[in-house]
Amino acid sequence: MYPITTAHYIALSAALLLIGTVGVLTRRNIVIILMSIELILNAVNINLVAFSQAFHNLNGQVFAIFVITDAVAEAAVGLGILIALFRNKETVLADEVDLLKW
Amino acid sequence: MLNPELTQAIFFYIFAAMVLGGAILTVTRGSAVHSALFLIVSLMGVAGLYLLQQAEFLFAVQIILYIGGIMVLFLFVIMLVNLDQAAKEKQFNGQWWIALVCVSLVGVQVFYFLSKGSGKFKIAQPGILPANLTLGNTERLADALFTDYLLPFEIASILLLVAVVGSVVMAKKRI
Repeated sequence: MYPITTAHYIALSAALLLIGTVGVLTRRNIVIILMSIELILNAVNINLVAFSQAFHNLNGQVFAIFVITDAVAEAAVGLGILIALFRNKETVLADEVDLLKW
Repeated sequence: MLNPELTQAIFFYIFAAMVLGGAILTVTRGSAVHSALFLIVSLMGVAGLYLLQQAEFLFAVQIILYIGGIMVLFLFVIMLVNLDQAAKEKQFNGQWWIALVCVSLVGVQVFYFLSKGSGKFKIAQPGILPANLTLGNTERLADALFTDYLLPFEIASILLLVAVVGSVVMAKKRI
């Protein structure tokens, strides 16, 4: 099981991505859906840093910084939308917001 | 005295258990506050993995920005929005079969990897060590960020400005 290689990090990142995907697809609470998106973005970051370390090249870590920036922007706007939604519809459950569904 | 590879492996498995256990509890707990606290455990595991791979700057950013910034924002919103009603209702929708289809493709690969062991896979050839290795991680990262990636860096700052203005517009009652 050791030494730890890049493949270990990739497997961990794939497992984290799967857990996040399951959370996004099956949960009803919008707050927890946003948290699952954070899990997915963290899985991407683990991958980027692992390859950055394997190639001794810092471009992967620079991209990880940009991914973190996007995660911050997404969380801020998403939670703003959630507050506006709760003010208008009094719900935080994703499948009760079905005005555009037919 | 333990050898360095064994020590690295022990710490990797500790942090991996934190990441995966925290993530599983995040998506399965009913209460949103419990989910947020387990998400903090998971994010701290990811920070430990950064430290294990000599990405010290990203470790600091992960602690300060994710755990100190985003999670506090999440907890604030959980306080602001009344979740008591939602906690009593059904927590999962009926889409488990869609999730199963989406997950099975990558899940089969992960199981294949775990059954074969990491020694069977050759991911990529390791790169050559750069010349300026006397500089630390943060210095080299700053060099890359302010020379090669200057334009994306400025665009990211504009993105953050747009996000700040957008979230204020969304959350404010009347502008």
